Amino acid sequence: MQRVISLFTGRRLVIAAPYLFLLSFFLLPFLIVGKISVSEMEAVAFKDLITLSDGVLQLSLKFSNYVFLGQDSLYIKTYISSLQYAAATTVLCLFIGYPFAYFMARAKSSVQPVLLMLVMLPFWTSFLLRVYAWKGLLSEGGFVAELVIGLGLDQALAAAGLISSPGKLMNTPFSLVLGMTYTYLPFMILPLYANLAKMDLRLLEAAADLGASPWVAFWKITVPLSKAGIIAGAMLVFIPCVGEYVIPELLGGPETLMIGRVIWDEFFSNNDWPMASTVAVVMILLIIVPLAVFNKYQAEAQEGAK
Amino acid sequence: MSVAIAASDKAFLQIQNVVKDFDGYKAVNNASVDIAKGEIFALLGPSGCGKSTLLRMLAGFETPTTGRIVLGGVDLATLPPYERPMNMMFQSYALFPHLSVWENIAFGLKREGLPKDRITERVEAMLKLVQLGKFAQRKPHQLSGGQQQRVALARSLAKQPQLLLLDEPLGALDKKLREQTQIELVNIIEQVGVTCVMVTHDQEEAMTMASRIAVMSEGRFLQVGAPSDIYETPATRFVADFIGNVNLMDGTLTVDEPDHVVIKSADCQHYVGHGITGVVGMPVTVALRPEKMHLTRNKPQGELSEFNTVSGKIKEMAYFGSFTVYHLVLASGALLKVSMTNIQRHRDDEFTWGDEVWAHWSRSAHVVLTQ
Repeated sequence: MQRVISLFTGRRLVIAAPYLFLLSFFLLPFLIVGKISVSEMEAVAFKDLITLSDGVLQLSLKFSNYVFLGQDSLYIKTYISSLQYAAATTVLCLFIGYPFAYFMARAKSSVQPVLLMLVMLPFWTSFLLRVYAWKGLLSEGGFVAELVIGLGLDQALAAAGLISSPGKLMNTPFSLVLGMTYTYLPFMILPLYANLAKMDLRLLEAAADLGASPWVAFWKITVPLSKAGIIAGAMLVFIPCVGEYVIPELLGGPETLMIGRVIWDEFFSNNDWPMASTVAVVMILLIIVPLAVFNKYQAEAQEGAK
Repeated sequence: MSVAIAASDKAFLQIQNVVKDFDGYKAVNNASVDIAKGEIFALLGPSGCGKSTLLRMLAGFETPTTGRIVLGGVDLATLPPYERPMNMMFQSYALFPHLSVWENIAFGLKREGLPKDRITERVEAMLKLVQLGKFAQRKPHQLSGGQQQRVALARSLAKQPQLLLLDEPLGALDKKLREQTQIELVNIIEQVGVTCVMVTHDQEEAMTMASRIAVMSEGRFLQVGAPSDIYETPATRFVADFIGNVNLMDGTLTVDEPDHVVIKSADCQHYVGHGITGVVGMPVTVALRPEKMHLTRNKPQGELSEFNTVSGKIKEMAYFGSFTVYHLVLASGALLKVSMTNIQRHRDDEFTWGDEVWAHWSRSAHVVLTQ
């Protein structure tokens, strides 16, 4: 009796809450999607996976979608380009976000709440509206488009293959990555800021005392110590970017392949739910498996550092 | 311990009229001192007295508002911290948490761009000096406080600095370990032969480690001298009160003879035999250390028995093991602290609360202060 009661202590309940949430809103849907991906379609309904007929229990799993996915170069190309766009966005967010977070964390403590507020301010407007606004800014005659073309930057972008022809910025890899970087920047800045703000500044004095110039101290002390913040920020940007659907839909073009759009097409244009589910399952595994391995390694390193 | 080195020896570090003004508040106010090569010099004072600010100016983390700091004949004013030929051991050490003990010690050497084998050689020597060879690959948080302290020391000595700065070097250690480490630290510093400026609020630490001490208050140097000078001949009431225990009695000079003076205070008359002089009627303060006095049950007899004695009632007793401090209430209501070494175990006639006793002291026990 005693043990049964102790299972329901406040502490356990508090820990259980997020797990229950993840169980019901992530694991269960994922299993359902997984089930659909191996189901056979019968007109508009799915066949049962397990059937009992003539006293024989039959389990039928259809893996042809997975096989097809591995053979069709379009899917593979889309996965790769999704990962590339997400990686480019993550790197850009890091390069813009790190100095931003750094100076925010080193600003006078009276100004910091205001700066933090400014980072979060965009969230007050709908995400969809903000992405739409970029459409206006980047299309012909738009303010940003005029500026970029006026400065002649479109030539450079075209030369780098980020836009197809000078003078046209919309619906290109450029507009896509710009939109994703813009949208996800705060997710990079906030964990970095939290990390950098709590850094012990005496360590920088110690580094200076031992002969490190401010630049060397930054690379040898500040950056390694903010590794946890960099990793957290990179994950918060990279993971949603891989599966991003709205931004590629609004700002991307025909040549910007993103897996989110493929999933949408399979679900709603082709009505091929098993195929769509397969694409989704593979995408999640593609992200989760390397991250889990990385996290385990990271946790071990942290354990060593504690 | 260390031999006191007179300030007149060739001045290696010169602090000249240094002022640090923080928006009208003078954290350091006109500090000047010359420190000789090989000296261990302590800045001692209560928190907020400016000692840390002065140390930070030496290291280059703060710039003096006015005044000069000269090391080995070179004015340091224009040198940033990373170009100064000195290293600091920080309060609570500031070891780099992401680097191993080895890498912490090597950090400064790598910045000098030394060849790899020279760095290895130097780090190994430092690890040996502080006896941490076995812990080279550990991270700082895997070490005890005492071990961290030694890593910090090794790191600050690795570059063979001309000047070693210690900021509360033992502040983070517990009492027992602190006593051990004091001696150890001084031995290592003397072995290396580096000139050293330390900051501490702990007078015992300053007295055991330093060859000279500057007592600071409100940004000023009140007194600079060897530990025994500061303890036995404090220059001001503040210094007498800050260093060790003391009874301060205000009085008036009543007799001024060539070989002695007599000072009358509320409860007793002081016969001061050592060479001071003054004007009859001038107000002075007599400072008496508790250990310079004795307690007896009966009034002392003999020559001059009217002087340097006072009766009182024991109000409090603080037993410290090796000695006991008795708090006497005197006739005027003033308190007098007297400490007695516990030479015998379990004396039959131990003093106890409420006993009427006599305290007496010699004619050379006093320090007479005019400020």
